[in-house]
Amino acid sequence: MPEQPDHEPVQPEPGAGPAAGSAPDGATGSAAPSGVIHDIGYRGYNGPRLGRGAIARALFVHNLRGMYGLGRSGRSKVLPFGLFAVMCMPALIMAAIAVVLAQQGLMSQLPVPYSRYAVILQAVTAIFLAAQAPQVVSLDLRYKTIPLYLSRPLERVDYAVAKAGAVATGVFILLATPLVVLYVGALIAEFPVGEHTADFVLALLGAALFALVLSGVSVLIASLTPRRGFGIAAIVTVLALSTAVVSALQGIVGHAEGNMTAAGWIGLFSPFTLVDGVQVWAFGASSSAAAGPPGNGGGAVFALVTLAVIAGSFALLVRRYEKVAT
Amino acid sequence: MPVITTQELTKRYAQVTALDRLTVQIGSGVVGLVGANGAGKSTLIKILMGLVEPTAGRCDVLGFDPATDGPRLRSQIGYMPEHDCLPADISATEFVVHMARMSGIPANAARERTADTLRHVGLYEERYRPIGGYSTGMRQRVKLAQALVHDPELVFLDEPTNGLDPSGRDEMLMLIRRINVEFGISVLVTSHLLGELERIADHVVIIDGGSLLRSSSTSEFTQASQQLAVEVTSGTGAVTEVLTAAGLDVSVDGRILVVELAGDETYDVVRDAVAKLGHGLVRLEPRRHRIAEVFEGGVAGAGTT
Repeated sequence: MPEQPDHEPVQPEPGAGPAAGSAPDGATGSAAPSGVIHDIGYRGYNGPRLGRGAIARALFVHNLRGMYGLGRSGRSKVLPFGLFAVMCMPALIMAAIAVVLAQQGLMSQLPVPYSRYAVILQAVTAIFLAAQAPQVVSLDLRYKTIPLYLSRPLERVDYAVAKAGAVATGVFILLATPLVVLYVGALIAEFPVGEHTADFVLALLGAALFALVLSGVSVLIASLTPRRGFGIAAIVTVLALSTAVVSALQGIVGHAEGNMTAAGWIGLFSPFTLVDGVQVWAFGASSSAAAGPPGNGGGAVFALVTLAVIAGSFALLVRRYEKVAT
Repeated sequence: MPVITTQELTKRYAQVTALDRLTVQIGSGVVGLVGANGAGKSTLIKILMGLVEPTAGRCDVLGFDPATDGPRLRSQIGYMPEHDCLPADISATEFVVHMARMSGIPANAARERTADTLRHVGLYEERYRPIGGYSTGMRQRVKLAQALVHDPELVFLDEPTNGLDPSGRDEMLMLIRRINVEFGISVLVTSHLLGELERIADHVVIIDGGSLLRSSSTSEFTQASQQLAVEVTSGTGAVTEVLTAAGLDVSVDGRILVVELAGDETYDVVRDAVAKLGHGLVRLEPRRHRIAEVFEGGVAGAGTT
């Protein structure tokens, strides 16, 4: 590295023009002085320094953008935006059909209630989380970047909040956007506004619960391994496979053996049926699972388990980052 | 005013005692922290940043207590870890901008400071390429840049010359010197090599097994050396004889002849002697006492000569 004395022209920046050369003060030939970059030496920084809160917010925004591949290569945008399109497409089609048929008086309701949309398209959400949560979480582990964050004003818990919050928000955007599309369609189709607004708002609450539970579980899994591939596989297994197993068991216990109460309880064991149970109990939604939560008491248990999963996964995430080597 | 003060600082893990009642004062300037691997250097730095809680004792960094005032302290310090810590898939510019923002610098200022800082550490066009393709030397510069980008008052550099070839090592050491002299930033730099720190440090702290072995200014370690190091292409023995005959005190240290400096004319005597014998002169330079010798006992009287 060449030692650069003060007030001497330094190597020109790329694109700074030719011939800036090494001549002091641009004295050679006709080279315009504007082509010369003077090394004015080291400049200190006396501007504002933001605090912990603002830094955590910046990290949150950075990671939220990362959830959709923004600020990364074009290739990293393909999957999240593709899944986003897949997620919104059915809503768009249903809204269009509703608007057209409603004009002809052939339809007075949306084909699918708002609250069931997330469950019907759960595979998309599961793939989205499996692909993007490790992207946000395990890269820092793999490249051992976390000590650089911790050497800055952020505390470990801020880091965990920013990561988990970004993933949850990213999933919420994925879940809520099609609901907005359906709602706008319903309004254009002039379906009853009051009823639809209430359903829509409750479904948004449901989407928030889905986002918190699903992201909580996914981020925790992703934080356990620096290997992105493991993270992807583990998240797909937990999110998608657990629903499949729970649905199958519910079918066997509920319909083949006729024990709907037991079938209802089985719903506790997969994130999708768990939150769906809360929607059924708390928001009066129609159940998407083979069996809803058994009775009012059962619904309350579903709600408590949901809260426990959210709080527990976050607590474990914080503990995980406590242990990450500085 | 000392930049860092520790008092009876102790850190015990289940199996080992990493720091054992370390009491030391460290002033501004370039301070070398020397010790073998496992001597407690990295643990000390982590405690000083407020990332690890000491088992006992207290410390003070830039007037803050790291244990209670961590976030405010860390906005004023930079840290270059020993191990690799860079993402492979983004460019140095993107990475350092992000790290500047993580230090609380607003977005626009972060971009400006990143461009400045990368230029100061010697990264030019390559800063737009993904870090994954960088050489070790370039990666060390990126690591250094992220520690400096927010213009801290103090930087901790943990083994910054690790993995560098000799010329890369020299460049890094020059750069570290500039961080203090030109940028006005205090530096605490660790190394397990005594020799390289004595070239740039104003003060050297040596720890071993978690406790203080010695803390003194570099000149105290290395002063009073009035010797010349002479290396010739061949005929070491003949040169030794001629120089001894000329009344000089010569000792042989491997390939190097150590000649006691009698005065400026000693340089001429050595040059003429080598030339007359028809050998090539590879090296003729003033030789300082190495800090290492203080411990090897090779020059036991170094401090008093």
